[in-house]
Amino acid sequence: MWLFNSSIGRKFVMSLTGLALVLFLTFHASMNIVLIISEAGYNWICEMLGANWYALVGTAGLAGLVLIHFIYAFWLTFQNRAARGNDRYEATAKVWGVDWASKNMLVLGITVVLFLCLHLFNFWFKMQFAELTGIMTSAFNPQDGAGIVKWTFSGVGPDGFDNSWIHPCYSVLYLVWFVALWFHLTHGIWSALQTIGWSNLIWFNRIKKIGFCWATLIVLMFAAVVFYYIGVYFGALIQ
Amino acid sequence: MDQNINIKVKVWRQAGPKAQGHFETYELQNIFQGASFLEMIDILNEKLISEHKDPIAFDHDCREGICGMCSLYVNGHPHGPDQAITTCQLHMRKFHDGETITIEPWRSRAFPVIKDLMVDRGAYDKIMQAGGFVSVNTGGVPDANAIAIPKPVADEAMDAASCIGCGACAAACKNGSAMLFVSAKVSQLALLPQGKIEAARRAKAMVAKMDELGFGNCTNTGACAAECPKSVSLANIARLNREFICAKLSD
Amino acid sequence: MALQTQNGIITPEMAKIPQGPLEKKWTNYKDHQKLVNPANKRKLDVIVVGTGLAGASAAASLAEMGFNVLNFCIQDSPRRAHSIAAQGGINAAKNYQNDGDSIYRLYYDTIKGGDYRAREANVYRLAEVSNNIIDQCVAQGVPFAREYGGLLDNRSFGGAQVSRTFYAKGQTGQQLLLGAYSALSRQIGKGKVKMYTRYEMLDIVMVKDENGEERARGIIARNLVTGRIERFFAHAVVIGSGGYGNTFFLSTNAMASNGSAAMQMYRHGAFFANPCYAQIHPTCIPKHGDFQSKLTLMSESLRNDGRIWVPKKLEDAKKLQAGELKGRDIPEEDRDYYLERRYPAFGNLVPRDVASRAAKERCDAGFGVNNTGLAVFLDFNEAIQRLGKDVVAQKYGNLFQMYEKIVDENPYENPMMIFPAIHYTMGGTWVDYELQTSVKGLFCIGEANFSDHGANRLGASALMQGLADGYFVLPYTIQNYLADQIGVPRMSTDLPEFAAAEKAVEEKIQKLMAVQGKRSVDSIHKELGLIMWDFVGMGRTAEGLKTAIKKIDAIKKEFWTNVFIPGKADALNNELEKALRLADFIEIGRLMAVDALHREESCGGHFREEYQTPDGEALRQDDKFSYVGCWKYTGEDNEPELIKEPLDYEFTERKTRNYKA
Repeated sequence: MWLFNSSIGRKFVMSLTGLALVLFLTFHASMNIVLIISEAGYNWICEMLGANWYALVGTAGLAGLVLIHFIYAFWLTFQNRAARGNDRYEATAKVWGVDWASKNMLVLGITVVLFLCLHLFNFWFKMQFAELTGIMTSAFNPQDGAGIVKWTFSGVGPDGFDNSWIHPCYSVLYLVWFVALWFHLTHGIWSALQTIGWSNLIWFNRIKKIGFCWATLIVLMFAAVVFYYIGVYFGALIQ
Repeated sequence: MDQNINIKVKVWRQAGPKAQGHFETYELQNIFQGASFLEMIDILNEKLISEHKDPIAFDHDCREGICGMCSLYVNGHPHGPDQAITTCQLHMRKFHDGETITIEPWRSRAFPVIKDLMVDRGAYDKIMQAGGFVSVNTGGVPDANAIAIPKPVADEAMDAASCIGCGACAAACKNGSAMLFVSAKVSQLALLPQGKIEAARRAKAMVAKMDELGFGNCTNTGACAAECPKSVSLANIARLNREFICAKLSD
Repeated sequence: MALQTQNGIITPEMAKIPQGPLEKKWTNYKDHQKLVNPANKRKLDVIVVGTGLAGASAAASLAEMGFNVLNFCIQDSPRRAHSIAAQGGINAAKNYQNDGDSIYRLYYDTIKGGDYRAREANVYRLAEVSNNIIDQCVAQGVPFAREYGGLLDNRSFGGAQVSRTFYAKGQTGQQLLLGAYSALSRQIGKGKVKMYTRYEMLDIVMVKDENGEERARGIIARNLVTGRIERFFAHAVVIGSGGYGNTFFLSTNAMASNGSAAMQMYRHGAFFANPCYAQIHPTCIPKHGDFQSKLTLMSESLRNDGRIWVPKKLEDAKKLQAGELKGRDIPEEDRDYYLERRYPAFGNLVPRDVASRAAKERCDAGFGVNNTGLAVFLDFNEAIQRLGKDVVAQKYGNLFQMYEKIVDENPYENPMMIFPAIHYTMGGTWVDYELQTSVKGLFCIGEANFSDHGANRLGASALMQGLADGYFVLPYTIQNYLADQIGVPRMSTDLPEFAAAEKAVEEKIQKLMAVQGKRSVDSIHKELGLIMWDFVGMGRTAEGLKTAIKKIDAIKKEFWTNVFIPGKADALNNELEKALRLADFIEIGRLMAVDALHREESCGGHFREEYQTPDGEALRQDDKFSYVGCWKYTGEDNEPELIKEPLDYEFTERKTRNYKA
């Protein structure tokens, strides 16, 4: 099967899973933005998704995508290191036009996944998992997504304001995560499009720019929510 | 203006394919900056020979940037710290007085070292033998003007065809991938009507051979195109991907 | 056994020139030659040495026909042969430009360009097959330059008044070679060609047939990586090893280009024809220092739009030499466009020999424009004004870049500096019409043979000849020989002839390794090169040539008593490779001088200062020297024997070459 035993096939799998995840991130980021506008709106979306069968299928699909993307990443990297050989270059130099991200995709990917674990614990465990199993994994109603997010980043909850340092810490950690994600995506998006063959002399630079803008947009949308709640935290702190 | 400079060269020495290699540093005085880089190595070799030492083995032939024989990883760059040239076109004016220049062979599993700075690039020939051609025999072909080819297409094919097969792309790639090399030939022939007929077969055969020979998977870092002495474009890799994926999907 | 001549004369019958009118000869030949049927082709092995345009195209074509081919090259890949460096283009008589071109006109220009020292029948055949080459290359996917309408574009080249040169940017040789290489790769992939890279032929093996006649039956080659000497058998041996320009040390040839194959053939009785005909190319980047390893050519195509000049005033030249002035500082009225002045009809597009001598004449008179006084300007200012910088860049961009990298000066702003350099050798191993040497079963193709260019080669004709020989001539003519060999079984390389040849090679290597003197190979080669340039270069005299012979003899002695080769013979050893080649260059250099001394006339690339018209043009002596000067080996340190192949021009009237009007 060429998706396993040819180099382009393996890259094709990386591209398709990557692009699917980018689409998910785009949706997720758009959904998050709603938080700033209306918490009720956000909860309505949470409710729509909840533990419905389509959301569960989607979640399983996402997990599958991440898993395939992750396994292929290790597989490719392992092969690539073997192809490089055991002797490394003594002298290395910066090559003009080669992005730092492009050479560090695995490290960036691992970073993203590690934070993802934290993120799953923070939210998915308290929301979909709780709703599914009926186990109360937090003090919140699993369908009050907005409340959980707000509590996590700003310390403002139903019982009033918690000025613990843990809240801004989460914010900073998430911002670091977004930076890693941004680097990963700035290379990932255009690289995926290049790998599926959608590039030529004219579109080459356009695709690179599109990829860059798209990645930046996704990350800015995510970050906007965090910044918003940092603001809420400090606002509450001053009061 | 070109001056005379004193330099140190740190060179990879390796007696044979299986031997353990190491770096050795040599000092050279009064090297004219107008001299080519390989002429500097000639001078060094003359010196080594006069001391009855083994001269440095390195590949070179045309010394005008077209045969693709010269290699050398100079100060962290295949073909040295200059754009769009081969090592033989590199001149000493790119270096300054007192500089230590590090010279290494191509390092890639598919390009084993033969001796010192010389590597075996036979893998590229094998890829070409797998499909880098149009299957026509001598004689019995139509008139050259029988097929009109739009100038932009012919020009793009020419740009892809300007690859000299030097191996810098695989040497520069952190993944040891030969995609730029393979894509240049696949692109050239896929663009031209003469080559379109067997384009699918060619893409599959060449990629299969490339994988079999142990080249890595392309991750689009772009180092290959940035270091390519003939500025072969990364867009060719996209075309190769397209050709290959379409060929596989229509199987 | 070599060809039997009659009193030192080769007749047209011996040269196997077919009967009949000029334009019918090749057709007649093909109609009546012997062929080998497909079943028998499989039983026959052919060795092809060299993978340039001639070698690669021959190896591929022979394999396509069904022969088993063993192909050898000294580089790490067949794609690196020096044909790849040809820049400008390839001629063909397509007449796509509707400017009155025809096969006859291409034939005529070529034979005239060669100063009437080539065989009529060969040159006509070359012109005839030129069109097939273009068709073949296009079918292979060679990306020739095209017009906006999608049809092929042409440019003009020296020595012609029509535009018949097909080109692929400034990399035509590369693209044509890659075309031949792709055809060759296809056959290697199919297993019909067994490719040996990094192998160097060191001798040809001769085996006597049942009539006691010696035939080439194989080669001895050294594996350049392991140093091992190996034996190879074949029913016929084809040599396409290129020219011997590197005798001059500094030339436009690649570093490894050599004349050793030619000398091996010569020592087995193949005649060496016209060794003195060497082409000095007018547009090369001037020499910049004693450490220099090679000279870089700037394509002749540049003369389409570039104008060659030196200052009119000596004081301007002096200032240029002192670096006080730049070319662009000299006003138009003080410039001497000497080619346009002397040759109004052809102007900057006179043939190479003429352009080179004119440059030498101006520099000798003190008008040279760089610090050594050995350079003239090639100026694009007028072209940039007329066409715009973009068009000029599109046409010649890669050449301009190449120049700038070497000289560190921008040729768009300041005129290029150029000077003649040795580039191509028209002389070479004598072959008959079938491209067979005077040794049975030994064929020679491409630049390595002498056949088509006479005393001077026109631009864009080398690619044409290499591919003509390899694609369209040899694959036919060799069958006329092989048809008689179908009964010869494959021979074992354990035969005493192979063992003896290998032993001789090993002894020669041992002898060289044992010298253990004080001098490097290159230092001796440079010395030889200077002698060649000074005495056997652009202007030759009887006295100078005699001096050269004496000096070359001294160099030979120095080489064999004082060379130092480090390392071992049975391992990779670049110095040993170079030494083996230099041993042969010394012999070729001497042969060139001997031939130049005997040829008391000026023709094409051979200019004897004693024989010139009052205004400095070459003066041929058709009554005395209208023949191919073939040299026959008579033993080590013996003077070679001169054998003549008279050139009776049946179909073309010989004229004094005139590019003035």
